Amino acid sequence: MAITEENPGYKWVGTRPIRPDGLEKVTGKAQFGADLMLPGMLFGKVVRSPHAHARIVSIDTTAAEAMVGVKAVITGSDFPDLAANGAHASDIDVANNAIAREKVLYEGHVVAAVAATTRDQAEAAAKAVEVTYEILPHVLTVDEAMAEGAPLLHEGMITKGVDPAPEEPSNVASKILHERGDLDQGFGEADVVVEREFTTKPVHQGYIEPHAAVADANSDGRAHIWCSSQGHFQMRAYSATVLGVSPGTLKVTAAEIGGGFGGKTVIYLEPLAVRLSQRAGRPVKLVMDRDEVFRATGPTSGTRIRVKMGVSQDGKITAAEVWMAYEAGAYSGSPVGAAGMTAIACYDIPNFVVEGYDVVCNKPRVAAYRAPGAPMAAFAVESVLDDLARDIGMDPIDIRLANAAVEGTQASYGPKFPRIGFVETLEAIKDHPNYTADLGPNQGRGVAAGFWFNAGMMSSATVHINENGTATVVTGSPDIGGSRQSMALMAAEELGIPYESIKAVVADTETVGFNDVTGGSRVTLATGAAVVDACRLIVEDLRARAAKTWDVEVDQVEWVDGQAQHVDGSQPPLSLSDLAAKSGRTGGPISANASLNSRGVGAGFSTQLCDVEVDPETGVTRVVRYLTAQDAGRAISPDYVEGQMQGGVVQGIGWALNEEYIHDQDGVMENPSFLDYRIPVASDLPMIDCAIVEVPNPAHPYGVRGVGEVGIVPPMAAVGNAINDAIDVRMTDLPMSPVRILEALTEQSD
Amino acid sequence: MKYIAPSSVEEATSLLSTSPSAQVFAGATDVVPQLRAGRSAPELLVDLKKIEELVAIAKDDDKWTVGAAAPTANLTEDEAFSGEFPGLSEAAGLIGSDQIQNRSSLGGNLCNGSPAADSVPAMVVNGARAVIAGPNGTRVLDVAEVVTGPGQTSLEADEFIVEFELDRMPARSGDAYLRMIPRTEMDIAVVGAGARVTLAEDGSIEEAVVALGAVAPTVVRVPDAEAALVGGTADDETLSAVAEAASGVCNPIDDKRGTVAYRKQVAGVLAKRAVLIAIERAEQRNGSK
Repeated sequence: MAITEENPGYKWVGTRPIRPDGLEKVTGKAQFGADLMLPGMLFGKVVRSPHAHARIVSIDTTAAEAMVGVKAVITGSDFPDLAANGAHASDIDVANNAIAREKVLYEGHVVAAVAATTRDQAEAAAKAVEVTYEILPHVLTVDEAMAEGAPLLHEGMITKGVDPAPEEPSNVASKILHERGDLDQGFGEADVVVEREFTTKPVHQGYIEPHAAVADANSDGRAHIWCSSQGHFQMRAYSATVLGVSPGTLKVTAAEIGGGFGGKTVIYLEPLAVRLSQRAGRPVKLVMDRDEVFRATGPTSGTRIRVKMGVSQDGKITAAEVWMAYEAGAYSGSPVGAAGMTAIACYDIPNFVVEGYDVVCNKPRVAAYRAPGAPMAAFAVESVLDDLARDIGMDPIDIRLANAAVEGTQASYGPKFPRIGFVETLEAIKDHPNYTADLGPNQGRGVAAGFWFNAGMMSSATVHINENGTATVVTGSPDIGGSRQSMALMAAEELGIPYESIKAVVADTETVGFNDVTGGSRVTLATGAAVVDACRLIVEDLRARAAKTWDVEVDQVEWVDGQAQHVDGSQPPLSLSDLAAKSGRTGGPISANASLNSRGVGAGFSTQLCDVEVDPETGVTRVVRYLTAQDAGRAISPDYVEGQMQGGVVQGIGWALNEEYIHDQDGVMENPSFLDYRIPVASDLPMIDCAIVEVPNPAHPYGVRGVGEVGIVPPMAAVGNAINDAIDVRMTDLPMSPVRILEALTEQSD
Repeated sequence: MKYIAPSSVEEATSLLSTSPSAQVFAGATDVVPQLRAGRSAPELLVDLKKIEELVAIAKDDDKWTVGAAAPTANLTEDEAFSGEFPGLSEAAGLIGSDQIQNRSSLGGNLCNGSPAADSVPAMVVNGARAVIAGPNGTRVLDVAEVVTGPGQTSLEADEFIVEFELDRMPARSGDAYLRMIPRTEMDIAVVGAGARVTLAEDGSIEEAVVALGAVAPTVVRVPDAEAALVGGTADDETLSAVAEAASGVCNPIDDKRGTVAYRKQVAGVLAKRAVLIAIERAEQRNGSK
């Protein structure tokens, strides 16, 4: 299925070996965040606000402290007041989100935490913490938060990005704007213009493993944290900030992670566990229940988006106008910035205005979720583009081909694209048998496309050659998408030894150089490049050792198929195991480190094709066929690449059809469980067909682009476009649940 | 909290009469989540699964007897039972997941008192009777009379259901149960509809029962739909009358799982579809038991 531009004849890269972590995971042996048990360990419980917005009048912990088994109770006053210390605003927000100081800003906001000998004692003590609140009026949506006279979450919040700066505070944290050309002229040139307004609800990343952390503090101020996260260096940095200590005093060990999707790049429990451990003098474990995960972590933004686009009769987009408001939750930082940059990035459009607002409201602070911000914008833009194609009678792939960004196109967000593979994903869909498969009654077909930047950032790797010639590859990038396999495959290719001879591990913050979070689809690209660099240093070293052994110049030695060979064949080859066995005589252990700040990010594109069947009497939509084509650059591990492609699609189908945060009028979440927050189950889905497109990223040694995120960008529009094709109803509000579809059908027939 | 697993009905009833806060359970698939969520805290948990009658499934010439605590997986995997009561078997097979069905039971599904319990409309349309044990012996009550409201039953605190009796399915009869959920499994019915019909020799409908779940505080019969069906055939006009009657008896709530308008409309759709399936099955059971 893969479209390969060139085949360099790799031996390991692009193969499908057995995953290295599978056995431990299927036998239950793998240690996840909640699995660690330490001698003398206490169990903690967090006390959370039942109110969406309230001032904390007082917290009385005396009753809780007096209870049997209780060893520590902490509140916001047990942490340094970063605002008083003049800290950076974003650090103050991290600290206040971890534990509230003066106000609670959402239902589920932490106000206190306890540690006790048993879980039951901790739960009882948490209930005994008496918090007196002054309830304040709340705002739950961008509409409420942006309304005239809306209650303010942050009394000093002045909108950034507006010139001149507003004099009055509001719930709008910032405005973003991207402009090009002349909008009026562009719409004037259009033969057809479509304008629509869309809304989406907050959705959770839905990782199966709840957040968990164990902390063991020493009396000298040092502490060890074990936690499940997407970046233990990031957990260290954030925890140090909240605790007011130097990062070097904290050691963080990464547990196995049961899903993150962006939601485990932020801290919740870690600094609380450290402070409780310090107060109690014992290790402390904190584990969230599922309802805490829903109420206080994730989600991504609910949004309101308006899109107006025009096309000429030949399918050329002449102008686009996009207005969007994204919920940030309690503190500024919605992904509206990325949304603004990605919204129309697939296309070469001469005239556009993209305007966006980051809006705070009384819901949990949003966290990154797979291509943060892009999916909602794509839902709106790709739906309107589908309408335009219908209006001018053009094939949905052809209209995208007519406007597709290619190498050299000035991206809507600024730079010129280097070599990219968007067109190839469109062609892969068009060439696939699904594109012309017969549709049954009440079935419809939809196409949508998506763009994501992918990230680079900082990574370190160490490669050790063991005494028998096998290798250990050490990185600090938690493996959430198969990175241990990808690292080992690239190392096998570089060193010329079998994949099975390489063990890739994720080391703690004291054992390997700094690594940024596992996020932004960056690890195979950036950490992979560090592994390749370290392997190349090893190969240089091995050639020098062979030269020394043979007493020849190093340029007489080549490294081929895992062995040193003399260029004229005058010496018997030395294998890696030969050289390893004799390393003591050639300079000692064979080991190399490499660190880098990413070289050459490669943008990712995905085009998807969805067939649905809608029951017109119940409004139930079933996805009956699904194809995703994505440019991986190079699929180092095709199994994992397909897993990422399928995973993004499945989460997108859930977002499209059923997932949503439901709040009551008091701002209390009504569906904080997997029963009523409906992620798809296996039987809801057809096999997600994958077409891996490989247009290598010229800036990576193996052409990697990164594959984790862009797959979630097109599905909501693909599903919506398919529903429109099936029942002739344009759904503009997510989720497209049975209730909403039946309402829309009823309106249509009236 | 104490746990006791009595081995006889008498032992169980005597435990219940001496421990006012005792709670019986079968598979515990509802009880354990309720305990964990702090919604109940009984002093004594009485496990009924060790009592032979409560997990037995048997039939004679007149009736099937299904133990109240028998795992629903045993029912759905019983070919004879599932062949005779496919609607009830399918309803039991919708509860939770495969793992849950190794523990869940008809007695638990009924006595948990959820308006959305899948097996209840299917038991009601088949005229199932509950054999209830108490300190003074046993009594028999129609399943339709057991639940009185959400989480409420007409059983006394020291009573529990031993088994269900179902008369053998007559010739030219069939049952069906359908539910609407947004997903395909692992969900709770937004609307459930059960139907059973018996056809006359000429193919017209001789008897019909229609019952709905999740659209009122308890499972509700739809007498107007039944009346519309009896004596005729399931033509479009009759089916419209069935749907209208089903929508009409609904007394649902607006909640996170569905709106009043949605539940009413879909109750009509599912009632109609369930009737059609029951008729098709009745036509296939032409003469034999």
